[in-house]
Order: sequence, then C-alpha cells, then structure tokens
Amino acid sequence: MADMITLEVMRYRPEQETEPTFQGYEVPFHADWVVLDALNYIKDRLDGSLSYRWSCRMGVCGSCGMMVNGEPQLTCATFLSQYLPGPIRVEPLRYFPIMRDLVIDMTDFMGKLQSVKPWIIPGEEKPLSQGEYLQTPEELDVYKQFSMCINCMLCYAACPVYGLDPQFIGPAAIALAQRYNMDSRDHGTSQRLDMLSQHEGIWGCTFVGECSKVCPKEVDPAGAIQQYKLTATKEWFKAFLMPWGAK
Amino acid sequence: MNEIPAYTAYHPRWYRPRVSTYWWLWRWAYLKFILRELSSVFVAYFVVLILLQLRALSHGPEAYAAFQEWLQMPLVIALNGVSLLFVLFHTITWFNLAPRAMVMRVRGKRVPDLLISGSNYVAWLVVSVAVAWLILRG
Amino acid sequence: MAKRSNEPFLWLLFSAGGALAALLVPVLLFLYGLAFPLGWLEPPSYQSMLTLVSHPLMRLVIFAFCFLALCHWAHRFRYTLYDGLQIKHLNEVIFVFCYGGAIVGTVLAGYLLWTIQ
Repeated sequence: MADMITLEVMRYRPEQETEPTFQGYEVPFHADWVVLDALNYIKDRLDGSLSYRWSCRMGVCGSCGMMVNGEPQLTCATFLSQYLPGPIRVEPLRYFPIMRDLVIDMTDFMGKLQSVKPWIIPGEEKPLSQGEYLQTPEELDVYKQFSMCINCMLCYAACPVYGLDPQFIGPAAIALAQRYNMDSRDHGTSQRLDMLSQHEGIWGCTFVGECSKVCPKEVDPAGAIQQYKLTATKEWFKAFLMPWGAK
Repeated sequence: MNEIPAYTAYHPRWYRPRVSTYWWLWRWAYLKFILRELSSVFVAYFVVLILLQLRALSHGPEAYAAFQEWLQMPLVIALNGVSLLFVLFHTITWFNLAPRAMVMRVRGKRVPDLLISGSNYVAWLVVSVAVAWLILRG
Repeated sequence: MAKRSNEPFLWLLFSAGGALAALLVPVLLFLYGLAFPLGWLEPPSYQSMLTLVSHPLMRLVIFAFCFLALCHWAHRFRYTLYDGLQIKHLNEVIFVFCYGGAIVGTVLAGYLLWTIQ
C-alpha cells in the first residue's frame, strides 16, 4: 500500500485573488482514512488557512459535501483508498457561489427550503387534551424515504437544471415538500402548491436523475419530483374543470 | 420569504463559475440524458414518415409505389436504422423510469419497481404483436 | 391562482405522447422503415393499406397518435434547447417553434386523414 497520497485542493482567497487556484498537499495514506481525515490533517499539520465545513464525520449532518474528482460526495464517507494512487481533486460543491476555499454560500438553498414550508401544517388545531396525532406504520411508510434527507445539497451539485436556472427550486426542497404533503398528519398541500407550481418551481425538472444517484441517504428526490408532477397535474385539472371549488 | 429572488444577493467577492455550454459532455450520465432527450426528434421524424405515407396513399397506387422506392434508398434505410435505435432507447428508458413516477401501493405495501416496469414491457410486447398482426394479415 | 403556470397540461400531453410512442413506434418503424423496404417481410398491398387506414376508428387512432407524439417532441425538445444550448432567453421563439410545429403537424395529419379514401 502507498505511503502518501496527494490531494489537489481548490483554494480561493477573495482578498488575494480573483480566480480560484489549486494547491497540492501530500498527506499520509491510511486504509481507513476518508477525505475528511485528509483535510483535517492538512488543516492541523500542513496549512491552517484551509477553510471547509464539517461536523459529525459520520454522514448524518450534511455539512461536508464537496466535489471529489468531479463527483459530489460527503467527504466523511469517501475513502482515500478508492482513489489510489491519486492525486485526488477536492473542490467546493458545484453550482453554488464560492465564498472561500471549499466553503460555498447556501442561502439560496435555505431560502428555497423555507419557501416550501417544510413543517406539518395541521388541518385543525387539536387541544392537548385530545391527545396525539396518530399514524399507522403504513402511513409512515408512504413518506419515510423522503424524510431521510440530511440537507447535504449533493443533489443540487448534481442537478444540471439547478446549475443552469437559478430559480429552479431543486431536488431536496421538492422532496421535502413531498415528505410533508404525503404525511397523513399534514393538511398543507394546497399551500405548498402555489410555490411549487410556478413555472420555475418544479417544471424545470427534466428527470435527469443524477440527484437520486448521488444522494447518500437514498431519498430518491427525482422520484419525489415526478410524483409531485402527477399531483400538481391532477390539481391543475381540478382547478380547471371545477374553478368554483378553489380555496 | 415568499418570493424566490432571481439571483442570490450580490456579493462582489464570491466566485461564481459559469456553467459551460458543453456541460453535457463532461459526464457520461449527462450525455446519456441528452441522447435520451434527443430521441424525441426521431419520434417526430417517424410522425413525418407517417404523414408522407398517408399522402402517398391518398395520391394513388403509383405515388405509393414511388414512396416505397424512396424508402429503399440506402440513406433512408440508414436513417431509419438510427431512428429505430434512438426510439428503442426512448422506450427502454421510459419503462425503466415509470416505477419512480408512478408509485402504487397495494394493501399498504409498495408495489415492487420490477413489477411496474415489467408490466410495461409485457404491454409493449402485446401491443407490438397486435399491431404487426393487423398490418401483416393484409 | 394567477401565478400558476399551464405547464401541467403540457406535461400531461408530453407524458401521454411518450407512453404511446414507447409502445407503438418501435414495431411500426421496424416494419415500415426496415422490414418492408429490405424485403425481410412481405409488405401489405396498396389496397389493403388503404382499407386499413380508411376505417374511421383507425383514422382517429392515427390522428391522436400523431398529435400526442408531436406534443411529446415539442415539450422535450423545448427543454433540451433550454438546458442543452442555454438559450432560455429565446424562450418565446422556442415555445412558438416547438408547439407551433406540433400544431402544424397535427393539422396536416388531420387534413390527410380526412381526405384519404
């Protein structure tokens, strides 16, 4: 097995330069190291100026998403041994503005996520004395896959439509909207419909399917979007044929 | 935040790489996607073939025979061959993606993907045999 | 309500067209485009083709197929132009070219099917 492996890391220091550059670092190779371990080694021992996001290091927080050799990956879940003999190219998440080094700006995603109202909208407020909202395992199964999203934005880095059209709401936000739409406790489908059925909302999606391929939690956002297109079409026909029934 | 702004806030120091016009060449998955989308052009070409054939039919047996001869030109045969490949690509990708869009639940459990795409393929076989029989029994 | 686009309707036409095309075009293109011209199978005579196509139900089926298959092309090609060539600023031109083309084709199909005998 190799001793060392080289990482080509994208650097961008806005106060010094106008374009990003690549800097090479040689890090020790260990069979059980992930790319995040290599980045932490660089920051601790080689170059403390490197900026990047990470947190749980076990694939549940969604902070450490980056492009590794051109593929969106969670760096805490990507082993160095996959890329022997190297070098490994590490770049910030694609299709997002780069703030510094490997750190991208995610306000666009946060805004879009908020716009789809990702919370339970109850039909009627129940007083506490009436107890909990009950849900059977079958009802849970209907939306459970979409609830696995950790907001890591790898799907946005894989989606060409998002890269080309800044107004496209994007895979994760739509999958989460669908997660709440299909929750039996939720009655907010019509409220989310307004945001999602705009032209830029979901209709930009052409089912490329890359988002589902890169998702580390197998949420299948592409499937969620197509299912939502069917729902939105049904709603459109209902509104078209029975306008008096509109809210 | 009810309105999605058209662009993120202007921040002069953030770097925004421009997406290349040839983004679809940079990954095999993207190229396959564009080829799949271009299969629609060959579907439209087939409709044009149908219209030409209808026109030849309505102009009489000589026109129809001339049209058959045109169909035998090597260039047209090659075009039809390429079109068939693209149309088959469309059919296969369409049926394989169908279960992701149409989720059916029977008695609380999700119908397996293979069953949904499988029944599409079976329908394809049945329809193809029926159409061929209709045309060939002549 | 004013902000809701009419995309759902166009998408439904695209989906219907795609499903029909997936089922019907391979066998038809194989027969008329390859098998008959190359002599692999005996092509039907002029008279039997005419009889087959002239049946009112068949005219309707062919018309519906042409309409939906063209809608499928129009919708898909429109988005391919947006994403593939990044010419979304030519939005209106693309829209008219695609759906206009589909309508022209449908009208032609209708005319031909109406007048055939």
